[in-house]
Amino acid sequence: MRPYGTYDETYAQDMAVCRTRLQWCILIGWLVLLLSLPLFLGEWMINFMNFIGISVIAALGLNILTGYAGQISLGQAAFIGVGAYTTGMLARYLLFPMWITLPCAALAAGLVGLIFGLPSLRIKGFYLAMATLAAQFIIPWLIINIRPDITGGAHSFRVPAATVGIGDISLATETSLFYLIIPLAALMTFFAKNLQRSRVGRAFIAIRDNDLAAEVMGINLFSYKSLAFFICSAFAGVAGCLWAYWMRAIAVDQFSLMESIWYVGIIIVGGLGSTSGVIMGTVFIRGLDRLVKIIGPSIEGAVPQLTGPWGATAALGPMVFGLVVLLFIILEPRGLSHRWEIFKASYRLWPFSY
Amino acid sequence: MAEFTQYLMNGLMVGGVYGLIALSIVLIYKSTRVFNFAVGDIMLLGGFVLWSLLAWLNLPLLPSLLFALAIAFGIGLLIERLALRPLIGQPILAAIMATLALSIFLKGAMILIWGTGQIAYPTKISPGTSMTLDTVTLSSGLLWAFLLAMAAFVVLVWFFQSTKMGLQMRATAEDHQLAQSTGISVKLVFGLTWAMASLVCALSGISLGDRLGLSVGMTPLLALKAFPAVFLGGLESIPGAIVGGLAIGILENLVGGLINPNLMEITPYIILLVILLFRAEGLFGLKRIERI
Repeated sequence: MRPYGTYDETYAQDMAVCRTRLQWCILIGWLVLLLSLPLFLGEWMINFMNFIGISVIAALGLNILTGYAGQISLGQAAFIGVGAYTTGMLARYLLFPMWITLPCAALAAGLVGLIFGLPSLRIKGFYLAMATLAAQFIIPWLIINIRPDITGGAHSFRVPAATVGIGDISLATETSLFYLIIPLAALMTFFAKNLQRSRVGRAFIAIRDNDLAAEVMGINLFSYKSLAFFICSAFAGVAGCLWAYWMRAIAVDQFSLMESIWYVGIIIVGGLGSTSGVIMGTVFIRGLDRLVKIIGPSIEGAVPQLTGPWGATAALGPMVFGLVVLLFIILEPRGLSHRWEIFKASYRLWPFSY
Repeated sequence: MAEFTQYLMNGLMVGGVYGLIALSIVLIYKSTRVFNFAVGDIMLLGGFVLWSLLAWLNLPLLPSLLFALAIAFGIGLLIERLALRPLIGQPILAAIMATLALSIFLKGAMILIWGTGQIAYPTKISPGTSMTLDTVTLSSGLLWAFLLAMAAFVVLVWFFQSTKMGLQMRATAEDHQLAQSTGISVKLVFGLTWAMASLVCALSGISLGDRLGLSVGMTPLLALKAFPAVFLGGLESIPGAIVGGLAIGILENLVGGLINPNLMEITPYIILLVILLFRAEGLFGLKRIERI
């Protein structure tokens, strides 16, 4: 659905992400607003924005694997963990600056993801979900047990602040990390958006829609599925690197199965196979979780008999998440991005919307 | 040698519980083609319901046991009706995610009602004490769990072979539309399948709770070890679930006991990866052939 008066005269216009001058203005306006947010937001909001930025990167990767290539993964959090521990160890023992640890983390997580994606040629559907579920248990076990003297085992692992490598600048505050995380998230979003329009993205979509037909058309299933796993986990690795610098203390229980399920929930709520949906889904789910954490104690105060002696906050988070995802799957399987498309279409057609 | 026999017997007994959980997964998968990731939480819920009947209402053991199983049956019906029925015909990710979301929702609800701590039954449920045969010690809880699994297996095999409802369920598993056209109520079959599976789940939850206590953090993780059992046995096979459960239990205990106790936790998942790589249909499952 295009606004009236928007014509394509060249191929470049047809391919453009931003078609009109208004869209360019909106995009630049958004970016300027986003980057100037630390000027008027408090520490708490900046912290939350950083969390969203990291989650968006990880969810974007999962969306490429699940939304485009149609492969299911329940191990995203474990791959984030690989990235985080790679970063942590490189930064702490070898004192590598951020711009070296970041690609290393992406590469390490990507390769580990590739290994667990190997069964994808033989198996599909939820068989594959099982292989990644195994990753979700095996990777933390390896981190805890193989070299606990290096990784800190089950204890948390302290990570030094991100260094840039020029002088002795280090990104220790929330605001300085904001200017690392948010531009990176924007860049990754751009990459994910463009990947979908490239040859690789088309191949992924063909595999998702019908892998037999895709193979007959000459798409090498094995290499493209492996590539999807590699890209997905590399995104997770970048998210893990940022996570390590952001948390400054990493532990295996930050990368649990629960966290992986949250990422699948995020892309389902946002809308599978939609880059803007990933951002909407992340903001929605993470925002909802924060909201529950804020209003949880006041619910405990208002209805003490309902919550028992254990407190309602720990219980309400999972309950709300489970319920929201269930309702989305049942009532709006195409997610928030589909709702947004419907809204845009009806806005453009108004008052003749039928 | 004595050590080996001890670990073997332990594994066999623990494997009985895995088999029971695997049975519940296979039941649902067989007729509805949904893999139930919420199995651990339904199991825990069954255990908690019995605990509440015993500890809060002070009912005697036998009525509360029956009552708890009836409630589990009802919960299964409810889950199918509210969460899974709207998803018939949806892509596979929807069903997977629905059971995952259900699992998280149930976790939250159980934390709200029963808290996060470890809960043990006020009295031991399984009668008898542990016994010693030669050099091998068998705890009564494990033995009962094993016997329970075997009994459930026999009952289910009989049910699927000899009752009308069982035949209807097998027909539905074969083809939903064909079954419907012969007058089988597919909705009823789906509902009943979930109810039976949740009853089997509750049984395994109770036997686990009797031995190890119940907690939201721990118990569902034990149920995840039944997934490798399901895949080892083959997704559609009821005998496969029991064989897979026993095999996983034995391997886990032998590896943990004889090689390295640390390896015990991930042995099932390593087996799972190996099965998926080399024989994805499992021992007794149906091999999928794709034709163009």
